[in-house]
Amino acid sequence: MSARKFVYAVCVLLCVLLCAVTSSVAQQLPAPPPSAAPSENGEWTMPAKNYANTRFSDLAEINVDTVGALKVAWTFSTGVNRGQESSPLVVGTTMYVLAPYPQTLYALDLTQPGAPTRWQYEPKPDASAQGVACCDVVNRGPTFSAGKIFFTTLDAQTVAVDAETGAELWKVKLGDIAKGETMTMAPLVVRDKVYVGISGGEYGVRGWLQALDVDSGKTIWKAYSTGPDAEVLIGDDFKPYYATEKGKDLGVSTWPPNGWEQGGGTVWGWLSYDPDLNLIYYGTGNPGPWNPNQRPGDNKWTAGIFARDADTGAARWFYQIAPHDLHDWDAINELVLLDLDWHGEQRKVLVQPGRTGLVYVIDRVTGEVLSAEPFHVLTAITGVDLSTGQLQLVPEKMPVENRVIRDICPTAPGAKDWNPSAFSPVTGLLYIPHNNLCMDWESVTTSYIAGTPFVGAEVRMFAGPGGHRGEFSAWDIIAGKERWTINERFPLWSAAMATAGGLVFYGTMDGWFKAVNAESGAVLWQFKVDSGIIGQPTTFLGPDGKQYIAVLAGVGGWAGAIVSNDLDPRDATAAKGFVNAMQDLKGATTKGGTLYVFGLP
Amino acid sequence: MKRIAIVMVLALGISACEREDRETRPDPAVSGMEPKVTLSSIIPGGGSPPPPSGLAGQYEGNAYHVSQGKKYYTWFNCNGCHANGGGDSGPPLMDDTWIYGGDLEEIVSTIYEGRPNGMPSFRGKLTDEQIWQIAAFVRSLGNNVPSDAASGRNDDLNPHPPEGQLESQPPIDGGTAPPSGQMPQ
Repeated sequence: MSARKFVYAVCVLLCVLLCAVTSSVAQQLPAPPPSAAPSENGEWTMPAKNYANTRFSDLAEINVDTVGALKVAWTFSTGVNRGQESSPLVVGTTMYVLAPYPQTLYALDLTQPGAPTRWQYEPKPDASAQGVACCDVVNRGPTFSAGKIFFTTLDAQTVAVDAETGAELWKVKLGDIAKGETMTMAPLVVRDKVYVGISGGEYGVRGWLQALDVDSGKTIWKAYSTGPDAEVLIGDDFKPYYATEKGKDLGVSTWPPNGWEQGGGTVWGWLSYDPDLNLIYYGTGNPGPWNPNQRPGDNKWTAGIFARDADTGAARWFYQIAPHDLHDWDAINELVLLDLDWHGEQRKVLVQPGRTGLVYVIDRVTGEVLSAEPFHVLTAITGVDLSTGQLQLVPEKMPVENRVIRDICPTAPGAKDWNPSAFSPVTGLLYIPHNNLCMDWESVTTSYIAGTPFVGAEVRMFAGPGGHRGEFSAWDIIAGKERWTINERFPLWSAAMATAGGLVFYGTMDGWFKAVNAESGAVLWQFKVDSGIIGQPTTFLGPDGKQYIAVLAGVGGWAGAIVSNDLDPRDATAAKGFVNAMQDLKGATTKGGTLYVFGLP
Repeated sequence: MKRIAIVMVLALGISACEREDRETRPDPAVSGMEPKVTLSSIIPGGGSPPPPSGLAGQYEGNAYHVSQGKKYYTWFNCNGCHANGGGDSGPPLMDDTWIYGGDLEEIVSTIYEGRPNGMPSFRGKLTDEQIWQIAAFVRSLGNNVPSDAASGRNDDLNPHPPEGQLESQPPIDGGTAPPSGQMPQ
């Protein structure tokens, strides 16, 4: 090699290296741990897509350039016109669709034109369970693992069904509707265990999470959210970050005598799993009753986030989002697992857009809160003191017995309720479907009567500043602020989904299914379906090798109960005050229960 | 003129007495009687359904009973499912749609028996008189009780005008299953 050639080669090499370095700096976006978000295979086997809860697909046939041509490929009626919060799953050549109560599970054959039904399975839950379902008779989805479909039923059973034949493999009863115990969450499966939790935070149910054997349904461990350490599975491994979470039997001592027995902390939201740390993460629900004056104390371990050993259930850390919760601020929202460069330091975090109106970035190894920045107007809190982890409350918005406290933002369903966000590793942004609501609140004394609501609050909600009631926001996690926001007339109660096609999908309660540019927020395509959307969009590769998008339409849930339950808008407190903010929904949509599948022509 | 005024005062006084009239110790034989209800509009061979017990007027025309019912409605968590009449997990009680009938005895029967799609049975949990009183208050939510018996104000956050000022919503005969109450096809 001549000297000139050598210099040239060095130059090229340097240039390549430099380019690589600069581009890697520019592209150092947050990303889910690969073990929790494996590479794309064209299926969608669990509601959250993967253990990291990103709801992101690498499929890109439908993209910013082609989405304009998206058309309905086929539809399917679930046969139930109540709130459809579930997610269509695709495994191999079969799509699985779970209806709300009475929770018929349908298997649809994607190899045939129009996807005819392969089989259907009916769990036949007790009809009385409808009376103790706080917020419509919804279910948040089935999940698939190793040839089985798992789901929960409204009358507190968990079922395993053979994914090929629809034959029932096992069915176990885990709760008692006479105590207000129901089940609505989507299970999560890790290896030989299926994790399920109990609902009923408005009925004084004592919350828990259980690990069941995937083959038999037998309980392997059960971790309560209140009560003595032994029953919460708090032992020597428990190393919470903040001093306020340390002490013996706090699940008893932070309650009035026996208050923990009806203390809530139900588990009805989303579970994440980090295979490298072998930890599962989930949030606990609100303490019972809503009226905080009846339960002085921090009310451990409600309204916070647990990290537990996936095998033993032993608690590793806990962070209480809302100690002595004042406003029904469950911490059950999705926990998106990401690895990111936090101001020069690599951190393993989980990200939760919370009901409090803050996006929490929490070190998922230690439970330390790295940041908590607002994505909603706040009047009742100012933020989180990062040195102590404590939520900072505004004293004049604290509930006082028998006095109406006005203009509390966010509301009881929070800045964002159960409906999960999506994370795109392409843009590094979190896409948050959420509310823009405020409320008036009066605490009134209530009595615990098993099988009836245990609430003790009179609430009425209304639109927040601007008058719109929903927002779809793209959130920069590192900067802790919104990149762009789309204002929506009604609260957003549907999940978001992001794809490598540069798109984000979500639905509105007046029935628009939208695809927006993930970078700019420009609406590129929208389609009006037959009823409001509160479901979880998914995407998959059909047997024909083409990409499809699926979503369930059918309004309902807490926000849509005015339509799905035929409520009377003249009562401002109907549906725990949500009806006051939704008086015009009956004029904007009607009941439904239809699966829509979209594809390119 | 003076005579007319006296007659009017007397008349007002008498009606006010009925409004407030109550037995402090109701006859157990009467209060223990469960309601007779007919949930169908079809009577085979014609004719009319058996007559109701006649207790309805005593309860829903009486301000004391309606107001006691309003108190128990909260005490026993009826409001947890039906809110202040607009409904929640349970159906609204201020509209004209009644799945199991909207007459007083039919409502009493629903509270006694429970209903298959989620209404709990309160038989043995409340006294008969409390059940009749709650049912009388429920009737007032659709403004279907005499206006002098309905409550004039709310003690808590004002969810809607007082019952006596609400639009009257007479129940539609026979009971109607709303679409959300129907099972899938």
